[in-house]
Amino acid sequence: MLFTIFAILTVVGAVAAMSLRNLVHSVLALTLAFAGLAVVYLQLGAQFIGFAQILVYVGAVAILIVFAILLTREAAATPRSILVGSWKGSGVVVLAVFGILAWAIHHSAAYRKAMPPQPEATMQQIGNALMLRFALPLEIVGLLLTAALIGAVTIALQDKQETR
Amino acid sequence: MTSLASCLLLSALLFAIGLAGALMRRNAILVLIGIELMLNAANLNFIAFWRYGPNPEALTGMIFVIFSIGVAAAEAAVGLALIISLYRHTRTANMDEVNSMRG
Amino acid sequence: MGETADQIFVILQRWLVSHAPASLRFPLSALLSVVVILGAFALLFAITTVLERKGLGRIQNRYGPNRVGPFGFLQPIADGIKSLTKEDIVPQAADKAVHFLAPVVLVLAAFSLYAVLPIGRNMVLVNLDAGVLFFFAVSSVMELTIFMAGWSSQNKYSLLGAMRAIAQMISYEVPLILASVTVIMAAGSLSTVAIVEKQAGYTGILPHWFVFTPWGFAGFILFMIAATAESNRSPFDLPEGESEIIAGYYIEYSGFKFALFFLGEYLGMFAISGLGITLFLGGWAAPLSFLTWVPSYLWFFAKLLAMIVVFIWIRGTLPRLRMDQLMNFAWKFMLPMALINLVAAGVWRFLPQGVLRWVVCSLLVIIPYVLLGRGLMQGWKLEKRVYQFAE
Repeated sequence: MLFTIFAILTVVGAVAAMSLRNLVHSVLALTLAFAGLAVVYLQLGAQFIGFAQILVYVGAVAILIVFAILLTREAAATPRSILVGSWKGSGVVVLAVFGILAWAIHHSAAYRKAMPPQPEATMQQIGNALMLRFALPLEIVGLLLTAALIGAVTIALQDKQETR
Repeated sequence: MTSLASCLLLSALLFAIGLAGALMRRNAILVLIGIELMLNAANLNFIAFWRYGPNPEALTGMIFVIFSIGVAAAEAAVGLALIISLYRHTRTANMDEVNSMRG
Repeated sequence: MGETADQIFVILQRWLVSHAPASLRFPLSALLSVVVILGAFALLFAITTVLERKGLGRIQNRYGPNRVGPFGFLQPIADGIKSLTKEDIVPQAADKAVHFLAPVVLVLAAFSLYAVLPIGRNMVLVNLDAGVLFFFAVSSVMELTIFMAGWSSQNKYSLLGAMRAIAQMISYEVPLILASVTVIMAAGSLSTVAIVEKQAGYTGILPHWFVFTPWGFAGFILFMIAATAESNRSPFDLPEGESEIIAGYYIEYSGFKFALFFLGEYLGMFAISGLGITLFLGGWAAPLSFLTWVPSYLWFFAKLLAMIVVFIWIRGTLPRLRMDQLMNFAWKFMLPMALINLVAAGVWRFLPQGVLRWVVCSLLVIIPYVLLGRGLMQGWKLEKRVYQFAE
């Protein structure tokens, strides 16, 4: 029952994020969707992921998107459509994708599976897994984050000549 | 409908909503928001299969999602830097208007 | 007798809950704990407001408020009545929903930070396996509410204050988390209860607090500076600079909403001091081994009061940092120091006990501090310091 409530909250947040005209409202609705997803993760027993989702997505990505919105402000709210010219075709594609996924889930073994007991995922186990078995991906992700940091700063840096 | 099926259905729905936003909205930032939603839907899928799947002690699903969250944050940073740089160049964040190679 | 006094609240809670039917016991005990936390920290907030105003007044060579009650200590009641009866003005162009939600979400997030702080022995609301991570996650939600407050007022000064505040909070979150990671490494767990229990032993009379190690001391100083910046307190209060942009992101808030912002800010300050106490100062453990008969919660609140007094003292003494000085300080000084501190903590763990590890770790912490400090201030010339205006 609790899962249903937070699932509905997440979906409402996602739909609002994608359909609101005001960009900042859209980001706040997205934050609601992220928070709803974090609660779903906590319900599934993934404590670390739930809190990391809030820390990274709500605390960093949402703020980043908000800063980008503030830096790319258009002059006035234009009355034209918020949708791209080819939205009808895209709508068909989206419905087809959702239809196929829902059909696949419905006809898969997921419908008839038994409920396994709650697995144990302590911090020690996650730490051990990250340091022992998944040490190489950890280092690569570190390199990737460094590259992304340097790349983002370089791309968004204002050229001293251009601003004159 | 089992818990696994409801989680997967939620994930499919979120993916479709994200895809709709990414394909149909005019503003570049909303496209990025749609992409973030799609990534979140995929993460939910991984966690659902970790919880209800055959081998949860290996923690593979969780570790994958940890890395996925990290990579998604990095990609959002770079994407937004690109959008800001594009805005500085063309004074608009509309996807419809940046369709020429002139620059 | 000492044991009973220490566990008096736990015993009281269990006795009260045992009167309820079995299915309601867990929600009822949780509800009781939540009510006690809300009451205790709201009372502490009231005491701190008057303590701060009188303390700042004395530092600035004047009396603080001294009309209401004996020596002005009933001032919070007057403040409460004022804020409840003031007119609630919302600007016409403001975004009504977001304007209303910002203080509410801030206070919600600020109160939920106390769920993982161990206030006494066996007195934590939820013993989460990832307690410290929960704390940082919820405190990052508070940054978003500051943006909501600043943007929804549709006021340029407000937005400017909000952007500055967010930039400052994000910058100082990194040294804060890195300083906590050294403690997590040493304790081997993210759970606040486990971290406090790791510090509860005594060698002779001296306690095992993490602050009494070289890396712990440096980490504590880093943590406290970052905590001052995270709570937007002087000398890092440029976003709410009273003499510059008149209360920054909460300019357009009046009456009860302003009081809620004030409450949220102070609660955040208490919570992060509480986390500092838990991580570095041994939580509810007594400072000397012959003082353990004093109840554990009294030690926690004593340490919390001491940190509040230090915060007030620093506010009254140091001048405000400028925005670029603030950011330089975070990224160029505190981040490298936090990383070097991490290395020092690791070295401490693997060296055998004795004088050698004290000397090595202290040098590992002191030498970069001196070099970085002098280097950044003199533009990396690193020669004998020449005083321009002295003598």
